[in-house]
Parts: sequence; structure tokens; C-alpha cells
Amino acid sequence: METGYQDIPGTYVQDGEHCRKGYHLNQCLMTLNKAHCREAFRADEAAYLAGFKLTEPQRDAILKRQWLEMLRLGGNVYFTFKLAAFDGMTMQDLGAAMSREGMSGDEFRKMMLDGGRSIEGNRYVSEWEQN
Amino acid sequence: MAKIVHGMGSPHVPSIGAAIDHHKEAEEYWKPFFDGIEPVRDWHKNNLPDTIILVYNDHASTFSLQTIPTFALGLADEFEPADEGYGPRPVPVVKGDPELAWHLANVLVSDEGFDLTLCNELDVDHGLTVPLSIAYNRPDAWPVKVIPLAVNMVQAPQPSVKRCYALGKAIARAVASFPGERNVAVWGTGGMSHQLQGERAGLLNVEYDAQFIEDLVNNPDSLEGLTYTELLRETGSEGVELAMWMIMRGALPLEVQEQYRFMHRPVSNTSYGVTILKNGEL
Repeated sequence: METGYQDIPGTYVQDGEHCRKGYHLNQCLMTLNKAHCREAFRADEAAYLAGFKLTEPQRDAILKRQWLEMLRLGGNVYFTFKLAAFDGMTMQDLGAAMSREGMSGDEFRKMMLDGGRSIEGNRYVSEWEQN
Repeated sequence: MAKIVHGMGSPHVPSIGAAIDHHKEAEEYWKPFFDGIEPVRDWHKNNLPDTIILVYNDHASTFSLQTIPTFALGLADEFEPADEGYGPRPVPVVKGDPELAWHLANVLVSDEGFDLTLCNELDVDHGLTVPLSIAYNRPDAWPVKVIPLAVNMVQAPQPSVKRCYALGKAIARAVASFPGERNVAVWGTGGMSHQLQGERAGLLNVEYDAQFIEDLVNNPDSLEGLTYTELLRETGSEGVELAMWMIMRGALPLEVQEQYRFMHRPVSNTSYGVTILKNGEL
């Protein structure tokens, strides 16, 4: 089995522990694949979320669009992106909102055009702790 | 008889599909990319197979976290484009090849020891339709039949790279034993380096990607021991999809003739690379 991925910085690996933590959060966001669910969510977000087994912090993070917090609470980006797309965000807007530096969508797009986030200095947690 | 005629490795970035669907090819951002894949389209015009076994991963479109098949084979007559949260792509319905798909299921499960999940209904997301758009642009109907092979890349544990490579080899044997006539292609899609999530979002590792393609084409056995931990670290959390290229490579003999290779970055948040390989034993 795979081990040793815990020391990759800024990365929420979708392993069993993450799956258990975020199962209901992700399953809730999965329903946004259906047009009638998107309409119901649009009509009353809090009422819609009441139909799922979310923890209070998970419910809050969804309502407040706290993108990194959703990941910390077990969210997976393929599921949280459905919420971002619902809001009209692109994947680059979402990337910007989660980025270590805190940047705008335009700044993120520029970073990508300039070659993306370099692998150098971004392989190990220890490299981030030094900076 | 049936034979595998070619393979292709390519990412399946959703924004490529959106650019094609919304006719953005001539825009400054997109022009270098679409210029670079013009030879891909030219090559495919003259090299249409009957059926593509298209290896891709579903991205929370058909499979949620409720049920997570490691390898899922599509057996249906047709597959609808999935609604991924913002309506389905406006692309043709994908026509299947149930005769060959059932033969693959029988051989791979009964004789080869690959316990596939068998799908009689399977909506297909950008992972499957974007590579078709890259190769065939905007036709009224796709010019080939497609057997979807969806691989779990979202939830660990994913099938090992070694297992993916072995599945490709088993697919080659299964195709060879099909009693009907077929020219078959196998496409491995996903990757290359990209990380969509977390504080490290935006990671690219073009040097790693270039070496991966080089080894995939000319020395694929050297990649067999590749781990997800290495792919996660070096190519980003979504770069792990490169494992699926090894199913394609395993389905072809060691001897291949590379027809075209092209790399470009960025495509949205992703490093793009494509290679087309012709079966060198035909």
C-alpha cells in the first residue's frame, strides 16, 4: 500500500480517512449534478443543506464558500468545484481562492501563463516550513 | 481478426472541450494549442479505427463516493454525455461496441483475473468526450465506436501503475482472441502534471512530464514501479491520472512507431502533452 504522502505540502490526499471525514459533504455537493437540485439549492441554500448529514462546520463552510475549509473538513475538489461552478467560478478562480499566497483569479491565471507553480521548493512540507 | 492498431496518450482538460464547444480556437490563449494539435486531427482523419477502448476516469459525474469501481467497463449501445454540474456538453451521443465489450468482459474477468465492474448504463463525462473532441473536432456523429473503461483515480487506493500496465497487456490478448473483424485503438487519457486543489494549486512539472512521455514511448517497462506517492509529489494531486496512460501502453507491443508528439502549457491549470503510437508489429 501507498505510504509517505503525508509530507506533501498544501495537498489534501483523498485517502480513506479523508473519505470518511468528508463523505456526506461530498455526497451533498454531488447532487448539484442534477438541474432540479441546483434550482432547489438556489431557492434556499440553508433549507437544502438541512436535508444532508453535514456537521455544523461543514454546513458553515458551504454557506460561506470557505474553499480551503471544505477540504480540511473532508471535501474533495471534484465535488467542491460543483459548488464553485454553481457560483460562476472557473477552476482557476477556485485555484486562486485556495492558493497558499492568497491571490486573485487574474493573478492565478498569470502564474499559470508564466509556467505555473514550480515544483522546486514545493515537494515537501519541510521546504514550506523553512520559508 | 481483431487487432490493436494504435494508441494515444492525451490529457482530457475540460476547458479544451469548452473552447471547442464555444468556438474559441482562434483566440490568443488557445491558438498555440489548437495549432499544435492540428497534426493530431490530420493523422486521425487517415487512421480511423472501428472502435476505441477509451481509458479515462470519471470525475464525480457518474460515480460518487457511494460506489467506487476500480475498473468499470461500458457495455451499452450508447453512452450519454453527463451533466457534471453545469449541463452536459453539447456533443454527440457516444456509440458503444457491445459485442467487443462483452468479449473483453468475458476474457478479462474469466481468463485474465481482472475483476471489472460491468456497466450497462454509464453517462460519460469530459474525461471521455474531450479526447474525442481533440481528435475529431465537432462532428455531427462521432466517426468511431467507443468502449469506455473508467478507472478510479479520485479515491485512494487507486489501481497500481503496475496493475494498469498489466491490464493493458491483458486487453491486447483479449482483443487478439475476438472472433470478429476490428481495428481497435486504445487511448490513455488524463494528466499531465496538474494540481487543482489546496494551497499548492497550480503546480506544473513540465520536465517530469517530458521524461514520462519519453519513457512511456521508448522504455515503458521502466515506469512499471511508479508509485502514486511519487506522482502526487511530482505531478500534483490530479497528475496521478498519468497511470491510465500505462493501460494504453501495455496494450501495444514494445515496438511502436511514434507518429506525433506535442507539448504545451498551460491549458487552464494543466500541462498538456500528446503522443500517438502506431503498433510496430503490424
